[in-house]
This record gives sequence, C-alpha cells and structure tokens, in this order.
Amino acid sequence: MTTTGQEVEPAKQRSRVGQARLPGQVSRVRELGLLIVLLFIVLIVGIQAPRFLSIDNFEQILLSVAILAIVAVGETLVVLTRNVDLSVGSMVGITAFVTAYFFKQLPGINLLLGILLGCALGLVLGMVNGLIVSFGRVPAIVATLGTLYVYRALVFIVAANTTTQVNASDVPAGYLALATTQIFGIPALILIAAVVAVIVGYFLHASQSGRQLYAVGSNPDAANMIGIRRDRLVFAVFAASGLLCGLAGVLWGARFATVDATDATGLELQVIAAVVVGGVNIFGGSGTILGAVLGAIVLGTLQNALNILNISQFWLQALYGAAIIVAVVLDAFITRWVQRTLLSRRKKA
Amino acid sequence: MTNPPEPIVELRGIAKHFGGVQALQGVDFRLFPGEVHALVGENGAGKSTLVKILAGIYRSDAGVVKVGGKVVELRSPTQAQALGIAVVYQEPMLFPDLDVAENVFMGRHPRDRFGRVDWKRMHREVDQLLTSLDVSLSSHTPVQGLSVAEQQLVEIAKALSLQARVLVLDEPTAALSSHEVEELFAIVKQLRERGVAVLFVSHRLDEVFKIADRLTVLRDGTHIITAPVSKINTEEIIKHMVGRELSNLFPKGEAEIGEVVLEVRHLTRPGVFADVSFQLRRGEILGFAGLVGAGRTEVARVLFGIDRAESGEIWLNGKKVHIRSPQHAMDNGIAYVPEDRHQQGLVMNFSIAANVTLPILQQVSRLGLLDPRREQKIAGEYSSQLHIRSEGVEQLVNALSGGNQQKVVLSKWLATNPSVLILDEPTRGIDVGAKAEVHHIISDLAARGLAIILISSELPEVLAMADQVIVLHEGRVTGTFTRSEATQERVMFAATGQER
Amino acid sequence: MKRHKSLLISWEALLVLLLLIGVVIGSVLSPYFLSGFNFYALTSNIMEIAIMALPMTLIIIAGEIDLSVASVLGLASVVLGLLWESGHPMWLAIGVALLVGLVAGGLNGLLVTKLALPSLVITIGALALYRGLAYVVLGDQAVSDFPSSFTNLGFGTIPGTEIPWSGLIFAILVVIFVAVLHFSRLGRQLYAMGNNKEAARFSGVNVSRVKLMLFMLSGVIAALAGVIFTARFSSARPDNALGFELAVVTVVLLGGVNIFGGRGSLLGVVLAIFIVAVLQDVLNLLNISGDIQSLAIGLLLVLSVLGPNLARRIQVVITHRRLAAGSSMQS
Repeated sequence: MTTTGQEVEPAKQRSRVGQARLPGQVSRVRELGLLIVLLFIVLIVGIQAPRFLSIDNFEQILLSVAILAIVAVGETLVVLTRNVDLSVGSMVGITAFVTAYFFKQLPGINLLLGILLGCALGLVLGMVNGLIVSFGRVPAIVATLGTLYVYRALVFIVAANTTTQVNASDVPAGYLALATTQIFGIPALILIAAVVAVIVGYFLHASQSGRQLYAVGSNPDAANMIGIRRDRLVFAVFAASGLLCGLAGVLWGARFATVDATDATGLELQVIAAVVVGGVNIFGGSGTILGAVLGAIVLGTLQNALNILNISQFWLQALYGAAIIVAVVLDAFITRWVQRTLLSRRKKA
Repeated sequence: MTNPPEPIVELRGIAKHFGGVQALQGVDFRLFPGEVHALVGENGAGKSTLVKILAGIYRSDAGVVKVGGKVVELRSPTQAQALGIAVVYQEPMLFPDLDVAENVFMGRHPRDRFGRVDWKRMHREVDQLLTSLDVSLSSHTPVQGLSVAEQQLVEIAKALSLQARVLVLDEPTAALSSHEVEELFAIVKQLRERGVAVLFVSHRLDEVFKIADRLTVLRDGTHIITAPVSKINTEEIIKHMVGRELSNLFPKGEAEIGEVVLEVRHLTRPGVFADVSFQLRRGEILGFAGLVGAGRTEVARVLFGIDRAESGEIWLNGKKVHIRSPQHAMDNGIAYVPEDRHQQGLVMNFSIAANVTLPILQQVSRLGLLDPRREQKIAGEYSSQLHIRSEGVEQLVNALSGGNQQKVVLSKWLATNPSVLILDEPTRGIDVGAKAEVHHIISDLAARGLAIILISSELPEVLAMADQVIVLHEGRVTGTFTRSEATQERVMFAATGQER
Repeated sequence: MKRHKSLLISWEALLVLLLLIGVVIGSVLSPYFLSGFNFYALTSNIMEIAIMALPMTLIIIAGEIDLSVASVLGLASVVLGLLWESGHPMWLAIGVALLVGLVAGGLNGLLVTKLALPSLVITIGALALYRGLAYVVLGDQAVSDFPSSFTNLGFGTIPGTEIPWSGLIFAILVVIFVAVLHFSRLGRQLYAMGNNKEAARFSGVNVSRVKLMLFMLSGVIAALAGVIFTARFSSARPDNALGFELAVVTVVLLGGVNIFGGRGSLLGVVLAIFIVAVLQDVLNLLNISGDIQSLAIGLLLVLSVLGPNLARRIQVVITHRRLAAGSSMQS
C-alpha cells in the first residue's frame, strides 16, 4: 500500500474542542520555571540592592503573600474543575470585618471561637456559591460575579448597622497576635499558609476525590461516563473556597488590624493572577497547589522588588497584567511546541 | 466438548428508533466468551446503535438483553461497565491532562492501608497490564501526547483492569496505520485467549478475515446473517451488506455532460492524501467512494479552502487557482456541503431563512442592512424547490427532521450559485424517503449543468448516482471506474485496498 | 428552539415590567421622580457604563468577553488629561485618547484571534495592564483644569431639555449598534459565530477578522466613555471608573444576553440599563448608600439566570409527573 516509502496516515482525529492542554510533565516544568524566574528576580534585584537578600526581607515577602496564597489555594480547587470564583475578595472582606467586629464586641471571648466563626461564615458563603453553580446550573462566572456584589453589599450593610471601622485598639491583643506570633522563629501567618497549602496539596495528590477534581476539569463528559458525581464535587470546591476565604479573612483582620467595609476589594484579580501565573489551566484539569503558591510568591517578590528599587508602586498593576498575559501566551506557545514535537516524534517512529 | 458454551451476551428482538428512522428492528445476537465476533454493515446499517445499546447509552425500545445468562436492563454506562461490558469508541474518552495509569484507574484508585492513593501500586499494576499486552507504553506517559492507537490501547487496558468480559471495539482501525493495526490484533488475540469476548465493529473485510472467528451482517437495521468466518467469503459478505433493491433509489436522469470545469492534478497533503488527480465536467456527478478515513473529506476541505495542500494544482474553468479561504472558494463558484450538518452545516438556533442566506448575506442586503423580504423570498424559493417540509421559513432548523435539515443545507449552498458542488455524505442519517428526494435533487442539479462531487460511503448511492467513480484508500486513488464499469464488488475491493 | 425564542421575548417583557415597577415605586416615593431634573441625574450617572455596554453586547454575543473596558477608559482619560495639561489642543488630546483605545483593543483582539487565547484571561490581564499604565502615566496626580466647553460635554444638557449630551451620544450609538446587530450582515454573522463558530467559518464568515474588529471597537468606545467621564467629573485620574467593567458585564447579562454567546438583544440591554439607573435612583431615595445598592444588582444578576433555570427544571418535573400519572392510569 505504500509506494513512496512514506506511510500515509489516515485522517487524524478531530482537534480537541477548546484550549490545548499541557501534559503533566510540563506542569512540573512550569513549577521549575517559576523557581528560575524567582531566582532571576532575586539575583537581578539583589545586585542592585543588597538589602533585598536579607532574611528579614524574604520574611516580609512571604508575610505579604501568605493571605493571598491561602485564597489562591481555594481558587485553584475551583479552577481545576473548570469553574472560577470571582467572589473571593468579597468573602475575605466580609469575614474579616465580621470577625474583627465580633472580637470587638465580645472581648473576653475565646480566640478559637472567633476563628471558627470567621471560617464558618466563609463556608456558608461558599456553599451558597456552590448551590447556585452546581444545582442552579448558573455558569460560575455569572454566579460569582453576582455574589461578588451581594457579599460586598452585605459587608456595607453590616458596617452601616454596627460600626464603620474596627480599629486595632478595639480588638483583643490575642487576636492581633495571630499575625505577629512567631513559632520557631517563623511568623504564624506564614506557617498557617504553609500548612494549608500542604494539606490541600496533599489532598489533591493522595485522595480519590482530589484526583476526581482533575478528571472533572479535564473531560467532564468522560467523568460523567465513569460515574463521577460532578455536582457534588463542584459544590464541595466552592464550599472549600469559601472556607479558605473565611480563614484568610480572619487572618486579614489580625494582620491589618484596622478593618472597614472596603477591605479586600479587588483581591480576586490578584488571586487569578497568582493562579494563572502559577500554571493552573483556566480551562481546568491541570495545575498544582505548589504552582499557585509559587505564582503568588513570584508576584509578591515583584512587588517587593519594586519597593526596594524605589520604582514607583504605580508599575505594580501594569506588571500584574503583563505577568498574566505573558503566562498565558507562554503556555500557548509551549503547548503548541510540545504537540508539534510529539506529533513529529510519532511520525518518525 | 459436552455442553455448548453459554453466551456472555444475548440480545433478542432488539429494536430502536430515532424520530422517524428505525435504526434497529428485530435484532437477535449472541456473543460467546473467548470469541472475536465481527459486526459488519454499511453506514446506517445500525452497528453503532447496537453498540450504544450494549454500552448502556441507549435503551432499546423492545426486546431482551441478557448478560452472563441474566436478563438485565442496561440503564447507564456505569451499569454496563459494572456488568463487565467495556466499549472503546473511535474517539477515546480519556482525560488528556492525566497519565496512563490514572486514566486506567480513575474513580477506583488503589489505596494503601491509610486510604491514600497508592501511586506506586497503581503504576506497577498498569505497567504489568501493559507489559502483559506487549505494549511498550509507560504508565507515566501523559495521555495528551498519545496517538489514537495508543489511546485505544489505554482504553483496552482499562477494560482489562475492570475485569471486562466483553470488549467492544467500534471501528478501531479507522485512524490507525497498518503497523498499529497489527499491534492491535496481537492484543485482541491475547484477549481471546483470556476468555474475553471481543465484538469488532468494522467496515474492513480484510481485517475481519484476519482476526474474527464469526461475523454478523446488519443491513438497514435488521440482522441478515451470522456465520463463521471460515465458512463465508468476501463476495458473499458484500452481497449481504449491500443487497438492497437498487430500484429503491431514484435512478439518475440523463444529463448532458459538458466541458471540464474542475481539474485537480497531483494534489498532496503529506500524511493525509497523496497524488490525487481527477477531472470534473459540467453536468457530471463524480462519486468519491472509499472507507471512513480514506481521505475524501480532506480533499474536499482543500478544494473549499479550509485546509491547504502542500503540492499539486487546482484548475477551475481552465485557470489555475489557489484557494485561500471558504469565502474565496465561494467566489470561485465552489460550494461544500459538509459531512456533519450539526457541527458544520447549520446554525441550529437559526431559522431556515437565516441559515439559507448565511453565505450570501451580501445578496440579501441593501446598503449593508438585511432585507428580510428578500431573505424570505430566496428561502421560500428553495424551500419549495427542494420540498422542505416545515412550518415556514422562519421556523428554527433544530425542529426539523434530519432529511429536511439536510435540504436546508443544500439550499444554502445552491443559493451561492456554484458551478462546482461538493456533497459530503449528503444522505447520512436520513430516512429512506428523504434519501430518495435528495437523490432526485442531485440528479436535477446535474441536469441543470452543475458539476457535482458526491462523497459517500454508501455503495448503492454511489453506484446509482455517479457518472464516474473514484475510489480512495488511505489517501491514494486506488480505482477509477466509469458508470458502466463500476460494480459493487469492484468498488468495495478498491476501497478495502484489495488487489485482485 | 421556539420555546427559547418565546422565553427571550418574555424576558424583555419582564424587563419592561420591572422598569415600570421601578418607575411607579420611584414616583410614589418622591414627587420629583418624574421630573426632568431627575431624569437627568438618573441617566447621566450611568452613561459611561451604558455606552460601553453596547460593544460589550456584541462581543459577548459573538462568544467572547472584554473585561478591560474600564481600564481602557481610565487610560484614555489620563492620556487626555496629560496632553491637555502639557498644552496640546483639546481636539488632539481627544483624538489621541481615542487612538489609545483603538490600539488597546487591537492588542486584545490580536491575542485572542491570532494566538487563539481565551478572552476571559487575556482581558483580565489587560484590565490590570492598562490600569497600571494609567497609573504609570499620571501617578497619583489628577488633571482637573479643563475648559468649560469641554466639561459641558460631560454634565451639560441639550439646550431646552434635561437630556445630557452624553445621553445624545448614547442614543446615536444605540441606533447605530441596533442597526448593526439586528439589521445588518455583520450582526447576522455575530450571532452565527456565537452559536456555532465552525458552521460560521464553513459559511464563509471571517471569524478572526470580525472578532479583531469587535475588540478594537470596544477599545475605541471605552476611550470615548473615558472622554465623557473626564468631562463629567472635570478630572482625569488613573482610578477613574475603577471596577466599572463588572457593572458593564452585569448590565449586558441582565439584558438577557447569554454569557456563552449566540443569544440576546440590544433592546434587553437598553432596558437593563434603565432598570439599573431607576433602581439606583429609587434606592437613593430610600437613602440606601451606593455600596449597598450593589446588593440589588448582584441579586438581579444571579436571579436572571437562576430563575429561568429553576423554572425549566420545575417544568420538567411537572411534565414527568404528568407522564407517569398518565401511563399509570393506562396500565
């Protein structure tokens, strides 16, 4: 059947609908790449301004992104299933305010109770999101855009009926101490973020349900065919995102001490930036907690670097935007390159 | 041998209809463990419907399904899987972002004593499975980079790990090279040794003879014959596959065949098709015969400007052209009615009129604004000309039957006033009555001077309609017949790559 | 589906109803509600969002989205301010601002069409990038020394009426956009693309080119909105219209446009704009602060999709029960 020696391959399979995807190995390349970018920034900036390289400064960076990282962990879970949660900023804002106010009104209260309250509030808000998306079948982007507004308005309503602002002097020292305590010399905030990342990351790697999240995002139809309960999983990830936003809100109140109804506005942009830069595919199915956290760290380092180099903070927003665009463009080129290499390798074989 | 073996799957009196089309009627079928059973028939014979019933995707309207001797009601794919039926479709249903091992075990990952996913064991077991099948894939390979053949192997591995007793392979070789087909067959033989029943759905008779023990022929949704492969030959099989009365179809009217309108010389797209040449005359119907995956649609796509050829020439009315885009093709008088009318042919949420006028919006607008009256007039003209049964040209096309939908697609392209009309499987999925109508229309068009390329996998259609038949096999022209030379057997042979 | 078509028509009917309810409540709350001045206050506030909602409607119907519009507005605003402050004539400043919008939109369009990147993520990045560039251009300064002839464009009215100039611009744009979307070839092509990109391509529609043009249009219109915004507040600041993109998308979705493309009408969007304007006005009369007003908007947004979904599920359940009852009666 072959005359010229080159085998004519019959019609190839239809191209996949939607965005091209990166195989798992390339995700690991992505994490390595992020580390390299990090090192790169550190080196360049370090040469210009040696105080960038101090332990103190690294601690500053990690402190500044700890809360963002916690939210990014929750967002990653949602994005893995091919959804998005735009209401994270509002959820953090409301839980921060409510928790701080709670501590202000009941100063003698058990610290743990206050923390649990904040987390529970976040959980409930997240579950509402989950209900709207999975059982209400409202597209995630529409649903969470709506709850972004609603939850933010709720903070203002609460603030209007209670107090416009909670100050550092209003809350018990124990609460504020959450942000400043050090355990084994490492700030508690960073440890908490690290523990959250490790736990969720481990869950994604080592549990059946965690693996099913990847399946749901990678090929929802195939997931259905093998009986994966997509509705339940999607509900769960939104609930988890809410819970983590609750925790982040509690920590936010502790760290920034003065909390009003506008806190954490716009946080969703930073979270999506961290997640996309961290290599999590916006169409679901691939990405890691490590990547998202690294993405947050890279962005935090950039911000810190700008500070140190006395470059105006006004470049920061632009850099965030450029980072997202570059990350997506790079992803596309790498994916296409990988696909072409694999195709040609197969042809030679 | 004492007792005759019990069938692992038994179907009795299975029937299924979709809308007005009876896809299956009174089908009896038995599958025994440890046999490779081929299911043969033309497009539309009902093979894939039967497969989907076995897979639990469709429920039969009537009849009994028995698995392992027990009567069952297959209500879902998960249930079918639990009963030991595994299906590998032409388009594998895998998770591209995950590796081979996870694809095999998704939903039932092996766990260690702490309940954690046991990655080592999972990879080890999958590697063992792959090795036992003599497959050189690693369990760590990401699925996204795998070829169709390799993805099929992953699906087979999955079926085995599920202890499948029945493995259905739906047209598995359509997208495989001959080397990959050999590898697949080696595995199928292994499965047979393990006592798995393999249902092998295929067009390709040479492969059937290589691998199958028994075969069943379906035609027009009914069971024609089941026989051991050793007791039947190719001619008989083909006779059973195509043996309908050709008078059912509208015989082609006489058309005056004029000068050459389209000439294609040595058209080549490496890896897809090579050295395709033919001439097409005014008033002529040129049939493109061949099996699925032979490359016919790919040639059409190049003629219509969706893809580009690497070498070769296209001449229209004596002038060489380079067709850059569908719009460019239309400007040159070429129209293409695509294979998949849902994905490519129609905008389902649009009305008949909106669909018909989509390629010719310029003609139905004045000063840039659409003229609904002109739209409706044109749509109405074609609607009556082609006898489109609807509640009016404003009706949405997704409410129409398959036959009428196809007529809308035809109207759309006729409205562009082409000189060359390429029809890709124009009567696929349409009932017999509408088919006859479409054939009448095609014949009429040729009589009016259109030059027509008719791509079809249905032999009787090609034989009844075409003045000339070109047969493609794996991207090459393996036969050219005039109307009088073309017979079912000759075309089938060329299509399956047989040498006589 | 015929059912869908009727659902859409009844959606607009629902919007009209909502609008009427809002107007009635408003006039009950205040005798001045139906006054010309109130009309002016009500509309001028929302004009920039309204203007940006027009190309946004087209983009979403075509199957994409542009979240960078408010940032382009801000960038255009600061460019305008900078040029004016450094002594250039106003017409030049406006022209360059519009050009900036065109280029910004063009960049978005190129990334989406030529590189086939998802518009959601790209325009989120662009949102940050263009806003950031606005900060880079002007820092935390503001330019506020504008001539009255210019600022009149923003808060002035057509002489003899209470209709703001921006309202006139909006009206003209509405006419143009309605003509394009609902009556022209291009509009038909947009609906085709949003419904079935493949089929549109197979029918000769140049999907890439059309989408690129849409993004460029969105950019220019956002810049125009920036000019109007600057005139209205007599201030060019980098944080102008911060966060407005969400309001624009909300208004479009509220208007019945399907987020996945292929469905929706400008009538619905225009109605939605006025509903939001009236809603804001009514809530103002009730002394509810602006920040809390967004509660109503968010609820409306979610309910606009959730409502029909739930209604359909209930309908299915009822039909199933009826069928089951029917068959059990027969057997």
